[in-house]
Amino acid sequence: MTKDIYIVGIETSCDETAASVVRNGNEIISNVVASQIISQKRFGGVVPEIASRHHVEQITLVIEEALISAGLKPKELDAVAVTEGPGLVGALLIGVNAAKAFAFANGLPIIGVHHIAGHIYANELMQPMAFPLLALIVSGGHTELVLMEEHGSFKLIGETRDDAAGEAYDKVARVLGLPYPGGPQIDRLAAESDGVVDFPRAWLESDSYDFSFSGLKSSVINYKHNLEQRGEKVNPHHVAAGFQVSVVEVLTTKAVKAAREYGVKQVIAAGGVAANSGLRASLEEAFGKEEIPFYVPPIALCTDNAAMIAAAGSAMYVDGVRGTLAMNGKPGMPLDSWK
Amino acid sequence: MIWLGIDTANTPLSVAIVKDGVLMMEENTALAVNHSLSAMPAIENLLNKVGMTPADIDRIAVSEGPGSYTGVRIGVTIAKTLAWTLEKPLVGISSLKVLASNVLFFDGIICPLVDARRGNVYAAGYQFDKSGLVSVFEDGHYSLDELIARLTEQEKPVLFVGKDTALHEQALLEQLGHRATFAPLQFNLPRASSLIHAAEHSAREAEVHTFVPEYRRMAEAETNWLKAQGKEPGRG
Repeated sequence: MTKDIYIVGIETSCDETAASVVRNGNEIISNVVASQIISQKRFGGVVPEIASRHHVEQITLVIEEALISAGLKPKELDAVAVTEGPGLVGALLIGVNAAKAFAFANGLPIIGVHHIAGHIYANELMQPMAFPLLALIVSGGHTELVLMEEHGSFKLIGETRDDAAGEAYDKVARVLGLPYPGGPQIDRLAAESDGVVDFPRAWLESDSYDFSFSGLKSSVINYKHNLEQRGEKVNPHHVAAGFQVSVVEVLTTKAVKAAREYGVKQVIAAGGVAANSGLRASLEEAFGKEEIPFYVPPIALCTDNAAMIAAAGSAMYVDGVRGTLAMNGKPGMPLDSWK
Repeated sequence: MIWLGIDTANTPLSVAIVKDGVLMMEENTALAVNHSLSAMPAIENLLNKVGMTPADIDRIAVSEGPGSYTGVRIGVTIAKTLAWTLEKPLVGISSLKVLASNVLFFDGIICPLVDARRGNVYAAGYQFDKSGLVSVFEDGHYSLDELIARLTEQEKPVLFVGKDTALHEQALLEQLGHRATFAPLQFNLPRASSLIHAAEHSAREAEVHTFVPEYRRMAEAETNWLKAQGKEPGRG
């Protein structure tokens, strides 16, 4: 019997301080997330300096909690995996420096994980990945289509040219006077809505898998302005439904087109916006018709967490990838293949 | 007793190992190094050179701020993580007190100073007596005028210490005249050995998990939020 591999993952790229222990890359032993949402809600979004201050407060407690609930001592671990980037630089370097100090003190190797690779590998915690694989990553900071031909190989085939999908959700929610974070609020209003405002779809060039959401956001703002100038009331349900259907249709259509072109065996969705019920339903229906297996992790693994970082870190560990104590937070880190 | 000291509160980086009251090795640099990248390799190098392992460390001292928010957080994060996982005590010392500890035997007010931009400084007033450094006025984020007013009240000679004093030397001399003196260059960098010396004389052992930097200033977003709520912002 081969020895089990235990990796602790650490994630601080935005406003969640998280640590998790994963066994053999696919089994969560512990998963701890300290959210700053109550604090950040006051500002209507994530303030980087506030995020960094909270990370320092939480970091050792969160790692300790992950080890205690896993019932493991530091020396029983095989490696430390940490989000190296992309993300808020001040936030990233709390996780990176804690991970380096922890690894050094306990004689463990350190592995720097790309946040998006983490989101993709959240799926490995649910079912084995099958290649070629198409991943749609949608979150507050990312909107990307990534093709994987094998473990550790990433090809970016499409990305947002302006706002990330989740960013557009938050901005539109603010226009509608909804509390932060806006995504779940819009999703709820859209689901309850009995009407839809028709907003444009940003398809860009016909051969492009890129996205753009800033035009849609402006359309929503203009629509509200025009109505208000005429002294009419805005129906937030109808606006939310119209916005959501535009976002979902573009994401789904481009994902289906890419899946066909690359002949993928599996499609996965990941990131905070993958928790959106409208998007899930649309992708499930579309890939059902295509007869391509489609998976989306449970909500707790869609939003930022450290189990996904440990999962990706495990695959990197097996492939012999190692970082050094000179690792730094990389806010604009590219999604490079490790194979 | 083996101490590890870490100061990354401002541009300079200093790490040191003190064993039984003797400085074994210290590394200081004032180059604008990236602390996030350099601090851990500096600590690793230090332990390698003195032939020790992390488990040999008995106590950890860290410069807790005020200073560069990011810089302070790097040192504090490394120090509290090491202290927690090695299960060793942690002592946080004011980054200004670390500077003041470079010039202990001055008869008057010792004023460590770090530039905080837009006419502001992080500064404090200390006096040396047999018990060590005694606070005359607390660490804070002061406008230069506020600082000069506090120092004028004291009617004593003042020794400014810290490499940023050069930025304000002219204004300080104009206002304080012959009472103002400036530490020579070799005393103007924070030294982790001074930090450890101060930590050895501190009764304050930190609660590791809840240990955070002494920013001495609220985050701007927090100040604005409090103002919007009609509350008076404090000093972080």
